[in-house]
Amino acid sequence: MTMTSTTDTAQEAPAPVNTEHLAAQRRQRLLAWIMPVIAMTLAIGAWEFWVWFNEIPHYLIPAPSRIFTTLMVDGPSLMQSAWFTIRLTFFSLLLAIIGGVFLGALFALSRPIEMSLFPFAVILQVTPVVAIAPLILIYVHSTFTALLICAWIVAFFPILSNTVIGLRSADHNLRDLFTLYRATPWQRLRYLLAPSALPYFMAALKVAGGLALIGAVVAEFVAGATGANTGLASRIIESSFRNEIPRMFAALVLVSLLGVIIFLMTSLASKLALGHWHESEIRREQ
Amino acid sequence: MTRPLIRMDRVRKEFGKTVLAVEDMTLTINEGDFISLLGPSGCGKSTALRMIAGLLPITAGTVTITPPEQKGEQDLGFVFQEPTLMPWATVYNNVWLPLRLAGTDRAEADERVRAALVEVGLSKFEKSYPRALSGGMKMRVSIARAMVTRPRILLMDEPFAALDEMTRMKLNNDVMRLAAEHRLTVVFVTHSVFESVYLSNRIVVMAARPGRVAADLEVAAPWPRDDSFRTSTDYVEECRRVSATLKGTLHDDDIDH
Repeated sequence: MTMTSTTDTAQEAPAPVNTEHLAAQRRQRLLAWIMPVIAMTLAIGAWEFWVWFNEIPHYLIPAPSRIFTTLMVDGPSLMQSAWFTIRLTFFSLLLAIIGGVFLGALFALSRPIEMSLFPFAVILQVTPVVAIAPLILIYVHSTFTALLICAWIVAFFPILSNTVIGLRSADHNLRDLFTLYRATPWQRLRYLLAPSALPYFMAALKVAGGLALIGAVVAEFVAGATGANTGLASRIIESSFRNEIPRMFAALVLVSLLGVIIFLMTSLASKLALGHWHESEIRREQ
Repeated sequence: MTRPLIRMDRVRKEFGKTVLAVEDMTLTINEGDFISLLGPSGCGKSTALRMIAGLLPITAGTVTITPPEQKGEQDLGFVFQEPTLMPWATVYNNVWLPLRLAGTDRAEADERVRAALVEVGLSKFEKSYPRALSGGMKMRVSIARAMVTRPRILLMDEPFAALDEMTRMKLNNDVMRLAAEHRLTVVFVTHSVFESVYLSNRIVVMAARPGRVAADLEVAAPWPRDDSFRTSTDYVEECRRVSATLKGTLHDDDIDH
């Protein structure tokens, strides 16, 4: 004999489809794309017109068209710098993830370790990276490594703290269930703690992605425009010394673009990891 | 059939130094019993259940469970008041969990998970995530998960308290049927007189402050029962008797909450 269910399985008879509602939904989706594009275009157009109308010289405020031309002309050399910043950002983010998750897991497993190491993490976090960077640049010979350390310091903390909170957030009844079934510590981590921590980790990743870029740029500023391998921030300083305002803007555009790409990537990662179950990523059907 | 399975001998539970949750509870639960622990909130019935499950350290006394003939098998199933499902896992994976943790062979586990889902009528929903299910369905997943290891003992901690009346009645029948078919020994915690009389052949009435056994009543009506029992005079009589016993254990200040 089996339990048959008539009340629980929702099997509704086909009813007339609410076409108006569906059309409204389609409109909503379309608007979500069109509105930002229109707003952006208008803003850039207004900028262009304003510069042209007032005949503002390009060394004061360059028109968007001018910035675009600069991007094209200086493209190869700017792209080289962009590549430097991209590597710096992603490498520091990767190390922040590895370090944050590893240390977070260690903290979650052992209170004494947390108690002894957490102050160091807090000190690293609260000391402004601009203030530490000059020292790191003195002690570390490779500029790239020094910059990497600076960016890492900034991106590391949110991942660490969220991983710790996440690993501790598992439902207490589920914990009891795992105890009842005599789960090994590894099984507990793999099947219970890690999935429970995932939403927290993903939230931290979104923050850390942006912070890694900020850390990289700030560190480059402190390091200044030295050496052959320089990132976008160094190019901004260098252009500023030479009064090449359009190139400053061009480099700035690339930095923003990089930030947007990082944001989209981390959002996508979060959607992929949590989309099928977690409230934060589920779109409610209406 | 009356072999003792679970023995609680002067079991005592203190939380901190001031709260005595369970005072020297002695209780023998026989194989095949469907036993309800009935009492007001704070009488220590859930605490007692958790101590039987080994989820709470015991302050004094002992809980002994007669070991099963097959060693190493998971002997206990536990159903919590909330469905307690993993939201990130499908219905199938939720039910699979106990076997996965025990390292059961994949093919064997698959067979058992499917069988358990058939038994609670959720085969069609094995790929669903818990959030897509109703409260009653979630509870049935939880029951399937408890049953998948084929335990001898099923411990249930007010499992249907949060469900609506219709769903609760249906799940009561389902649990009774499962218990009869698999010859389970069930310890069922509830605060509902009607539920305890309908389900069990033995009702242990507990009193609060400190939590202790106040009465141990037998419900003589034939078991397993069906809905016709709910309208019988026997049922009404038993409910009246159990209610009176329960009322006798209450303190004056218990009534208002």
